[in-house]
Amino acid sequence: MRSVDRLNALLKQVPAVAVYVAGVLPAIWLFWQAITGTLSIEPIKSLEHETGELGLQLLIATLLVTPLRRFTGINLLRLRRALGLLAFFYIALHLLIWLLLDVQDPAMIWADVVKRPYITVGMLGFVLLVPLAITSNNRSIRVLGRRWHALHRLAYVAIPLGGLHFVMQAKGLQIEPLVYLGVIFGLLFVRLSALKRRRLA
Amino acid sequence: MANRWKSDLREDSVTDEAIYLNRRALLGGMAGVGFAGGAAAASEMEPNSWEEITGYNNFYEFGTGKEDPARHAADMTVSPWSVRIDGLVDRPADYAFEDILSKMVVEERIYRLRCVEAWSMVVPWMGSELADLLELAGVQSNARFVAFETLLRPAEMRGVSSPVLEWPYVEGLRLDEAMHPLTIMATGIYGRDIPNQNGAPLRLVVPWKYGFKSIKSIVRITLSESEPPTSWNKANPREYGFYSNVNPEVDHPRWSQAQERRIGGGLFSPKIPTEMFNGYGAEVAGLYEGMDLRRNF
Repeated sequence: MRSVDRLNALLKQVPAVAVYVAGVLPAIWLFWQAITGTLSIEPIKSLEHETGELGLQLLIATLLVTPLRRFTGINLLRLRRALGLLAFFYIALHLLIWLLLDVQDPAMIWADVVKRPYITVGMLGFVLLVPLAITSNNRSIRVLGRRWHALHRLAYVAIPLGGLHFVMQAKGLQIEPLVYLGVIFGLLFVRLSALKRRRLA
Repeated sequence: MANRWKSDLREDSVTDEAIYLNRRALLGGMAGVGFAGGAAAASEMEPNSWEEITGYNNFYEFGTGKEDPARHAADMTVSPWSVRIDGLVDRPADYAFEDILSKMVVEERIYRLRCVEAWSMVVPWMGSELADLLELAGVQSNARFVAFETLLRPAEMRGVSSPVLEWPYVEGLRLDEAMHPLTIMATGIYGRDIPNQNGAPLRLVVPWKYGFKSIKSIVRITLSESEPPTSWNKANPREYGFYSNVNPEVDHPRWSQAQERRIGGGLFSPKIPTEMFNGYGAEVAGLYEGMDLRRNF
């Protein structure tokens, strides 16, 4: 058996629930540290940043699943839903931390969403993820049929918006957010060129 | 000179940090059981702890993370140190730090520090008035501005390999701002030598302006006739002006400046209103009489 097949056989043994459990652990750990005062000197900003970055990393992971299978044969398709829903979980947490702990004032929240482009962009990305999270179940796939696939291509809009949001909030010319955005655009290019090829074939 | 101005934030036993820490621990515990925000709101006069002041810094020469300076600033050699004072002065020279210190009157100044990122602290600085240092060099009558420059030593500053800003970091003040008795050169915190991450061995503190104006680890001061370039203004003139006075009515393009969060309040720390000139309006508003502060942000 090839090593890729062996790895895939091993991956088949991993129940999705294990991914969910492992995926939620960092959130519990972050909040535990924040509550006990060991996270950092400014726990609100740290929570905000960490949950946002984890969410973005998980979104990137969902984009990696197909190219990974195409180029290496490693098959994570079965776990992609878990990765996507975990990404949504972290981004929803990121939003809630911003709303409830950071900004606090409801009047200010709306003003920020409308007036601050980086928040507008981030919020738009989140809104686009909501229907994807709601339809990430077998029943929706059955009911929506082909339209499900069309709907889930919203990810190709939502994820770069997330990357852009990260770049736009940085002070000065910072490399890390640009690397994230570059990786996202690279993966989108791979995905979209594959889709185009399939349509032409 | 010195002792021109008395701090409104003076408490009896400021250097005794343990007293503050005990009080904070008590309030922090209360915050934990739902007394939300008690710690931050507790006292306007209460300085932040040594750990907060020296563990949460913006000093991009050592990285852009708030903990990066505390982690990496120890790489910086601060002794020997000298400051070149030149331009429109009578006695341009390299002034050794020890010589400067021996001629200055060091006193305690408890100031609010408001970062442009909408967080704030209260810091018990030790320092002397910048006016005294400038008088040491003899300011010439045609000087109108003061330019400052931070050390640039790539071998000891891992952050400067990144183009986040143009190095060296530079800042500037109008001469009347620089000569104002509130403007100090800080050399200590809580009665101890100022740690590297806070701008050792000497840094500017201008309490009514956003924190980035208070340039750290200064190696050069130049008196000039024209307005000097400043780092954040060069990086993004739309977001950071030359004056950068704390002003709750003029928002940063990407966030509101109406409120701030006092560091140290924990997870449920409330936002508090930001005061015009960071609460030093009575002392400094006169410097800007007749100026449109919305345009001269």
